[in-house]
Amino acid sequence: MNQEGILRHAATRFLGLIPTLLVLITIAFFLIRVAPGGPFDSEKVLPPEIRTNLDAKYHLDEPLLMQYFRYLGQIVSGDFGPSFQYKDWSVNELIRRGFPVSGTIGGLAMLLAFVIGTLTGIAAALRQNTMLDYGVMGVAMLGISIPTFVVAPLLILGVGVYAGWLPAGGWDWSWQRMVLPVVTLALPVIAYIARLTRGSMIEVLHSNYIRTARAKGLPEYLVIWRHAFKPAILPVISYMGPATAALITGSVVIERIYSIPGLGSYFVQGALNRDYTLVMGVVVFYGVVITVLNFIVDLLYAWLNPRIRYDELQ
Amino acid sequence: MNRTLPIGILMACSLLALTACGEREGDFGGSAERRPQPVQLVLTEEGRPAPSVLADEQVVFRGNGEEPETLDPHLAIGVPSSHILRDLFEGLTSESPEGDVIPGAALRWNISRDARTYTFYLRRDLTWSNGDPLTAEDFVFSLRRAANPATAANSARMLLPVLNAREVLAGELPVEELGISLLDEFTLQITLTGPTPYFLGLLTHPIAYPVNRKNLEQFGDQFSRPGNLVSNGAYVLTKWVPRVEIVLERNPAFREADDTLVERVHYLPIEDHSSEVQAFRSGEIDWTNQVPNNQFKWLQKNYPDELVVSPWMGSYFFGFNLTREPFVDNPSLRMALILAVDRQILAEKVAQFGEQPSYALVPPGIDGYVPFSPEYADWSQAERDHEAQRLYEQAGYSEERPLRVEIRYNTSENHKKMALAVASMWKQVLGVNTTLVNEEFRVFLQNRAQKVLTQVFRAGWISEYNDPYSFLELFRSGHGSNDYGYSNSTFDALLDQVGTERVRARRERLMFEAERVLMSDHAIIPLYTYVTKRLVSPQLRGWQNNLMDHHQTRHMFKLRWQSDAPAATENPGPEPQTGPDPAVSGDTEVETVTTEPAGQDA
Repeated sequence: MNQEGILRHAATRFLGLIPTLLVLITIAFFLIRVAPGGPFDSEKVLPPEIRTNLDAKYHLDEPLLMQYFRYLGQIVSGDFGPSFQYKDWSVNELIRRGFPVSGTIGGLAMLLAFVIGTLTGIAAALRQNTMLDYGVMGVAMLGISIPTFVVAPLLILGVGVYAGWLPAGGWDWSWQRMVLPVVTLALPVIAYIARLTRGSMIEVLHSNYIRTARAKGLPEYLVIWRHAFKPAILPVISYMGPATAALITGSVVIERIYSIPGLGSYFVQGALNRDYTLVMGVVVFYGVVITVLNFIVDLLYAWLNPRIRYDELQ
Repeated sequence: MNRTLPIGILMACSLLALTACGEREGDFGGSAERRPQPVQLVLTEEGRPAPSVLADEQVVFRGNGEEPETLDPHLAIGVPSSHILRDLFEGLTSESPEGDVIPGAALRWNISRDARTYTFYLRRDLTWSNGDPLTAEDFVFSLRRAANPATAANSARMLLPVLNAREVLAGELPVEELGISLLDEFTLQITLTGPTPYFLGLLTHPIAYPVNRKNLEQFGDQFSRPGNLVSNGAYVLTKWVPRVEIVLERNPAFREADDTLVERVHYLPIEDHSSEVQAFRSGEIDWTNQVPNNQFKWLQKNYPDELVVSPWMGSYFFGFNLTREPFVDNPSLRMALILAVDRQILAEKVAQFGEQPSYALVPPGIDGYVPFSPEYADWSQAERDHEAQRLYEQAGYSEERPLRVEIRYNTSENHKKMALAVASMWKQVLGVNTTLVNEEFRVFLQNRAQKVLTQVFRAGWISEYNDPYSFLELFRSGHGSNDYGYSNSTFDALLDQVGTERVRARRERLMFEAERVLMSDHAIIPLYTYVTKRLVSPQLRGWQNNLMDHHQTRHMFKLRWQSDAPAATENPGPEPQTGPDPAVSGDTEVETVTTEPAGQDA
């Protein structure tokens, strides 16, 4: 593998991040302001005097373009500004507190999903068209089609309330409170990965070089492990980039049902409350996470797939 | 192959949960008695709970809805923050468990003959939680800060009755011109623009709480963080993890610290109502903020002792856009639509939690005020339907030419249910073709305010203070919340008179008359009055239902469970008294209050 090629590719991709983010910020900034209503609208309408004071405090009385450049200036210095809604906290603080939580739950869920998903997928592929295969794929289909907002309350009721094995919700960094959300989050991903793995594994097992390997008299487990595994999980890897980004940036449903202080709710709450600074902060943060993860997937791809050579792409 | 095991187990788990709830749901009803029960409340001679009945750990966990937006009392807006702030701070006045205004930081007060000047005499031994003395100057500083345009306090509208408050907020006068003055170290005077009988109640609102000047100057906008915040209430802030919990500990420097039984209170922001109920059922919280709207029957069956439903200071109604077709200048049509709604069914079958059918604007229960009741309130629904059909035809509609109308509401299961029910009643009685339109909250608010798209829309009001005026002023011509486009000079004149009337009985008659005018103009479709609904552990006592839904933790205490009661039989008190929980101590101080508004009894 060509080290220099990969490095050059990495550098180019990194530079590409800046214009991407700028476009993202611009679109998000104007979109949220196009949305009807403002951060201080409520059913208890404010007297005009108070409304004026609030607008002035948050610079909402300035022309939009000026607000935009003020915001860009802030972001360059790494400051997302104060939250309109959560007045005692800055957006930076909220992200700093929310992301570790979402990241931990999402990361663990991804790990769980990857291990269980690939293993069950391979098992199903090796026993293609047997009861085991049908069983695993049937359960996987269920896992994909039952939404998390159904699974989560059922798990709370069964494991939390009736059995009393685990807390019904809340957050204190203990493993007991992580189990249910991690499992709930992982279930559909396990199912999806299992199906992906099975499909590509079957395809790989029919390819010529596997036949060659077998013809050389290699033991079956070595054929699977050394020759079939790496190419078979390629589609899983490319799926995992965006999927990991989605998991670690927090799921509103999971956070709401399990009362978890992750990042997902800030995004939705921020949008509903027209908390401009919070929404923008989370959007920019998401943008960075997704771009970085896609970048990592690219590199992993190169490492796993001998058919990709970066020096050839130049 | 054992590799298939994990996913199989996981899926089996969720399926198990499915069947588990199917089986258990039915027989759970009988288990209400099998749950642990607290010991009987025994009172001492002073009316306090006897130590023998108290749980060893006086720690309360309260579900509190959404994450509070701030703990700066002047910037706070929502209900969740106000629950916490009532524990942290104390204004000049405070509230008893029943919701009555009682002396707070002020021991007593005088009200001038014209009912415009209030003189407050502070207790002399007050301190902040850091030990600094608390004086009248702190209150002057704090009220000025609350009204200062630079503070941009959302709730500063509560201060509008204070002289010059509007001008100060508008930046036309310096804050020093606000109608509040320091008479001496422990005396201050507040001057109002007009008689405001609910003013003492307004002073229990967070906007009127004192903030510590040194604290604020030292920490700036971080002064409300744990470790920084200095407060003057029964509790101090010790921990705040956003969206996880807020923990308050008993403030030993509070004036009634010896009578404060709960040592620590945890406020948990649990947004999802179902999750909150599950947390209650698994014993993680003692008090829920809400219960799910659609689970009344189940809760009533399985948690009859824990489910607490009580009238609330709010009305739920639909509004007409009176500025556009088809409702402009069409009182017959509006009245037909009002009459064709069967409120009894709405309250009992749709809302379900004991909400009361409503025929006017102001909810019942406000001290001294009897809401207006229109003639049709006494009719049977058949008579109402009959009259509705007559008026509908009179307005020029019929089976062949039916009215087509939109009901607009913000996305919510409850609003949808109500709109559906009302639409089907209209269809059945009058043959009206109704379209339901749901909108995201802020879009809905904007459309309401613009009065262009709206026809019939979801409305309602929950008041922050105990006075009918709060409801009536929404319909004043040009009021910011008058999304109905209602304008009636007689009504406005009546409200003007209310604003200057200092005789309570006359003021109430004026408000009653205003409500009558409003209802006779058929400006809204009254539906029901709100209730608060929550689950409360039978262990938790000392609180009372009240119209404002204000519950300070300092009045609460936790009973021992029967199972771990050591010697509940040997009562120190004369005889076991159950019945009402002990009121806040300090009744003697209430008697020293001197209020002398002129002609109060007229």
